[in-house]
Amino acid sequence: MMNSAPAVDVRALRVVRGGRPVLQGIDLTVARGSVTGLLGPSGCGKTTLLRSIVGVQRIESGEVRVLGLPAGAPALRARVGYVTQAPSVYADLSVLANLRYFAEVLGAPRTDPDRVLDEVGLGGHAKDLVGRLSGGQRARVSLAAALLGTPELLVLDEPTVGLDPVLRQELWQLFHRLAGGGATLLVSSHVMDEAARCTALLLMREGRLLAHDTPQALLAATGAADIEGAFLSLVAETAATRSEGVR
Amino acid sequence: MNIRRTLATARRVLLQLRNDPRTVAMLLLVPCLLIVLLKYAFDGRQEVFDSLGAPLLGIFPMIVMFLVTAVATLRERTTGTLERLLTMPLGRLDLLLGYALAFGLVALLQGLLAFGLTVGLLGLGIAGPSWALLAVAVADGLLGMALGLFVSAFAATEFQAVQFMPAFLLPQLLLCGLFTPRDTMAGWLHALSDVLPLSYAVDAMNRLTSEAGFGGAVALDLVVVVGCTLLALALGAVTLRRRTA
Repeated sequence: MMNSAPAVDVRALRVVRGGRPVLQGIDLTVARGSVTGLLGPSGCGKTTLLRSIVGVQRIESGEVRVLGLPAGAPALRARVGYVTQAPSVYADLSVLANLRYFAEVLGAPRTDPDRVLDEVGLGGHAKDLVGRLSGGQRARVSLAAALLGTPELLVLDEPTVGLDPVLRQELWQLFHRLAGGGATLLVSSHVMDEAARCTALLLMREGRLLAHDTPQALLAATGAADIEGAFLSLVAETAATRSEGVR
Repeated sequence: MNIRRTLATARRVLLQLRNDPRTVAMLLLVPCLLIVLLKYAFDGRQEVFDSLGAPLLGIFPMIVMFLVTAVATLRERTTGTLERLLTMPLGRLDLLLGYALAFGLVALLQGLLAFGLTVGLLGLGIAGPSWALLAVAVADGLLGMALGLFVSAFAATEFQAVQFMPAFLLPQLLLCGLFTPRDTMAGWLHALSDVLPLSYAVDAMNRLTSEAGFGGAVALDLVVVVGCTLLALALGAVTLRRRTA
């Protein structure tokens, strides 16, 4: 029964931060085994939505269920991996020491740190102090930590920001490998050209969901040449319907 | 609470310290250096050193531990590692006790060094048993650590965290009975000093300086200091929230 529940199920989610509505009634589901892209301009509420799904965001109203359980439930803590936008790892520890600690906290197998290091392509940097790594390498250490314990759902907040094209491609290949192994990935980005790499897309703007579909279907529906074009035509469309509503 | 996760956290904090040898050196040596300065500032006046040595043996480690812990836990909050940990199956108590264990070990080492120096090399004369002096000194270090953990919740930046030292500890230092006996203070000041933990730390040290044996009054002071440490840790646990705005 629990396996039939979608990976993420959000109903009428509203979040207010500092007196300002950040999410204004979000409804969405993320299918198991999908690589779902969450796209939208900076400040549109992507991080807040991801934080709500992970269960660290105080919400105003609505419901967020993850793997059939309320978001943030203790039983989910070892089953959901979360990578924040800024690398959340200890700069004054080696790469391996970071991963060993998080593995211990998760109760992950002892071999996991080495496995995830290879997966993110940092096998040669195990002994390096995280503080001496480049920004992109640090981001990958943070990603590696989220892969420990083989979580069923991975929530990644802009994991490819600031990475070179080769590395970005490698990471997207990794995401699809993980999905092939049965994991669900929810990946946010403000770079629209990453959309084509997802199996499903969520387009967001100003705290609302503009569209939820496959990349192909979005292109077909809007007649746009790329996702950026589709996004712009959707924005124009909603603006038009709203001004009609006012009239 | 989970022993494995608590120990893993303590080990991680100690590993972080090991990668920062300058901080470790300052943690261990600064209280010693200050006590040497005190000794020679009152050169030839052993009775002054004897009366001030014991209280300061408790106060210096407390200040140092307060600063280090406040900044360390603030860093955990601002770099996002705390948020990551709280999305993992780590209890809030696991994290706090992990910190307490790691910094407690540092406090013990610091206390041993400062105590060995003060009593062994500098010849501090006290009437009470010297093991009790060590116990109070380590308890004071732990109190500083727990207070540092607690106040870090109210600091948004390192600047603020460091400012909490003069704001939080210096009033206690002024009222603890080091500069003027507490019972000669105005009534309201005396009452205020009664609710500040450092007063009890210094009372204990003063008693050990002048009274032989380990009396019930010293034990009671020690209980208050340890109780305040536990209270600060518990309040610290309340400030670690999994869900934030």
